[in-house]
Amino acid sequence: MEALLYLGCTVPIRNLNYELSSRLIAKALGINFRDNEALGCCGFPLKSMDVMSTMVAAARNLAIAERDGLEVCALCNACAGTLTEVAHTLDHDDELRASVNEKLRTVGLEYKGPIRVRNFMRLLYEEVGLDRIRSAIKRPLEGVKLAPHYGCHYLKPSELNIGFDDPEIPTTLSSLIEATGAEVIHYPSLKDCCGGGVLGISEEVANSLARKKLEEVSASQAHALVLVCPFCNVMYEGQQKKIGKTSGLDLKVPVVYYPQVLGLALGMSSDELGFKLNRVKPSAMLKMVEG
Amino acid sequence: MPRINLNELDPSFKFRVAATRGGEGLQACYACKACTAACPIEKTVKRYDPRKIIRMALLGMTKELLESDFIWLCSSCYSCAEVCPQDVRFTDIIFAIKNLASQEACAPGGLVAQRGLLKDHGRLYEVSDFENEKRIKLGLPPIVEHPEDYNSLL
Repeated sequence: MEALLYLGCTVPIRNLNYELSSRLIAKALGINFRDNEALGCCGFPLKSMDVMSTMVAAARNLAIAERDGLEVCALCNACAGTLTEVAHTLDHDDELRASVNEKLRTVGLEYKGPIRVRNFMRLLYEEVGLDRIRSAIKRPLEGVKLAPHYGCHYLKPSELNIGFDDPEIPTTLSSLIEATGAEVIHYPSLKDCCGGGVLGISEEVANSLARKKLEEVSASQAHALVLVCPFCNVMYEGQQKKIGKTSGLDLKVPVVYYPQVLGLALGMSSDELGFKLNRVKPSAMLKMVEG
Repeated sequence: MPRINLNELDPSFKFRVAATRGGEGLQACYACKACTAACPIEKTVKRYDPRKIIRMALLGMTKELLESDFIWLCSSCYSCAEVCPQDVRFTDIIFAIKNLASQEACAPGGLVAQRGLLKDHGRLYEVSDFENEKRIKLGLPPIVEHPEDYNSLL
């Protein structure tokens, strides 16, 4: 299948390990990612100031996907959530769509819709499926223990994810992890918000949200915390040192992206998968897998 | 917070919020406090209390809301919206309240700056040659900024 790869702002600048590993595993599993350099910000950062600006920025990207005749696959939960929500809103409100299109026309674009938007995990889960992933595994991650973190916009608002996963008892990422042969570590703060959404307003509040999960995963047997969103990464990887310092905790939680984990199980090397860019090295996990 | 004076309240504020995109559910709230119980921010910052913010909006405490620092603390996790028995959608309500505050020039500087970045670069981070060289070295396509659309649309 084909999809327009939507990188967003953060991934292609700060999370090249996520992008590298996503492109590699997509190719290996028969997903043909297409690029379009015209794509820009999804509009989420503007939502607090002006929801209509978010709408127009998102619609611009949706219109580009429509021109390319492709569905959208986003790597970032916030981008996926915003683009899904705006597509859903515009598809159900003719009047609003007309007024957004009036603006888009000034830059030579139009959104007719509908355009489907999915985050990469949903695409893997629904288009490739657990069975095909399992049968593609060349190097099962036996003995590797991983703690999943879904991220809020992966699951909520739930009306945008009908038929995919349950925000109360999410299972898809855990199943995707188990498909690699690794063991899923269960921990109480599984559904906690990372705090990334409030980092720009109050670092203290954001860090206080991220702390509990880092503490719990650190105390568990997990070899790494598995993410699917660069916003969550800013908190759990980027802020980890600071959180440890201010709370007097010795935190060294390796934070990895799911496509890196799957890539290892598909037989790709940690080098190819960008593990050099992970700040806290999942050394124990890599040693178990690569020797 | 000092005791409120009913004569100083703004009864029209609830209609303003309800007429703002996202604020439509405001008047359906029956104050059960499920939103507050689900809110991860309230656990840390007690003055960010979704149920209380709804009551303030319904009472018409316009200034106390729009000029406050706490309305900006939402992490947009949607936990409140998921548990609401009345489909009030507090996450969208707080976005609407912040939008109204922004119209009155109350938005934090950091957010205003982000808008500037999007207008200038079409992205949240400026893409320098350094970044693209790194990308090309790893076999990734370069990122091209397209600020022109954002500049005219925003």
